[in-house]
Amino acid sequence: MSRWACPGCGYVYDEAEGHAREGFPPRTPWEQVPDDWACPDCGVRDKVDFEPAE
Amino acid sequence: MNVTFDKDLAQNEVDGGSTGHHHHDEDVELNPAGWRDGKRYAWMLGVLVPLTPFLSWGLVEATGLGVLWFLAPAMVFGLFPLLDVTIGLDPTNPPDSVLKWLEQDRYYRWCTYMFIPVQYAGLIFACWQWADGGLSTVESIGLTLTMGVVGGIAINTAHELGHKREELERRLGRIALAQTGYGHFFIEHNRGHHVRVATPEDPASSRMGESFWAFLPRTVAGSLRSAWSIESVRLDRLGISHWSFRNDILSAWAMTIFLFAGLTAVFGLVVLPYLVVQAVIGFSLLEVVNYLEHYGLLRQRKDDGRYERCRQEHSWNSNNVASNVLLFHLQRHSDHHAHPTRRYQALRHAEEAPQLPTGYAGMIVLAWIPPLWRRVMDPRLLAHYEGDVSRVNIQPRARGRILARYGSDS
Repeated sequence: MSRWACPGCGYVYDEAEGHAREGFPPRTPWEQVPDDWACPDCGVRDKVDFEPAE
Repeated sequence: MNVTFDKDLAQNEVDGGSTGHHHHDEDVELNPAGWRDGKRYAWMLGVLVPLTPFLSWGLVEATGLGVLWFLAPAMVFGLFPLLDVTIGLDPTNPPDSVLKWLEQDRYYRWCTYMFIPVQYAGLIFACWQWADGGLSTVESIGLTLTMGVVGGIAINTAHELGHKREELERRLGRIALAQTGYGHFFIEHNRGHHVRVATPEDPASSRMGESFWAFLPRTVAGSLRSAWSIESVRLDRLGISHWSFRNDILSAWAMTIFLFAGLTAVFGLVVLPYLVVQAVIGFSLLEVVNYLEHYGLLRQRKDDGRYERCRQEHSWNSNNVASNVLLFHLQRHSDHHAHPTRRYQALRHAEEAPQLPTGYAGMIVLAWIPPLWRRVMDPRLLAHYEGDVSRVNIQPRARGRILARYGSDS
């Protein structure tokens, strides 16, 4: 399970948790998140800008 | 202090670059003694606008002058532009080291929460006045304008709350939008406008050569369409029908319908037209603010076809104290777009951001009069782009005329 962080605001997408409200149930792999998905907290950065987080 | 601070900002803005620093660190430093927030207690004045229906009533009772029902528009479009001119600017920033402490101070949140109960108490009071207050037609119109201004400023409060991560604040934000029936703003603004700001694709970014009166229908219709499509994509992923109460747009509008139906049930059908008109005035006030926030500013496309990141130079700013206190620092708009989740009290002035000649309150009045607006803003916009009109977001219909007048990028 990997974690990806928005470089703008620090929001973290955790594959284990997913983001249910956005339609990504727990264990949704990062690859299944569409490329044009913007950070749900700040909207400033897109998925492709996200960086691996510990 | 300012030097390190600006460096941090600039670093943050390097396109595609990352400083890797996050704002989630748990250890909150205590305020190093010696720094005071000059605006701390001024933020309580935010509640002044939702209080205007009560204040108007008191003033009318005391003086017998019915014209005082026009208190809120007189304040926002008359008094505040004057205060901006007389009080002037405050470009000071909280130092970097206190930002985290400043953001976690709950006092500031209460200044925004407080708005909402006063807002709805005022709306109920206004309905009672429209129905049983014995107001003349002109007085009723005055109260309708006052309530429209309250509703419009409430969208600003909702905006501040709706950007936050905490569910309570998001919920309060949605409630504040019910008065104007603008619940879809919460979705379109956060997920549409912030992504596409200062591009021709954004319905809420105005273009050079586009008057406010042309912008208004484009932004109202475009924002609605955009909100619906953003929410549809989310619902499709969840496998839920678009016509469900889990559609955040429909549930937000339902709140407005219940609110207006409830008020009509209590006070009679007579209040319904007033409620509708004040809602239209309210969201039009929000849209005129949208009009001046990004006028003509344009993000360039990069080689990979994506737009460059939204930077400080893509929003119009103002440091006028009076308007900033009225609008929870909305005018520090560049920093808001760089850090949308940052709380209003911690928003910073940026040296490289384009500055409006006066506060939003005065600029709103200017926007209503397109020839004046063009005369004041077009030269500023061009100066911002060093006379290079090809870098401006231009209204397609006005393109030929503007290029003929201001330059050639044939």
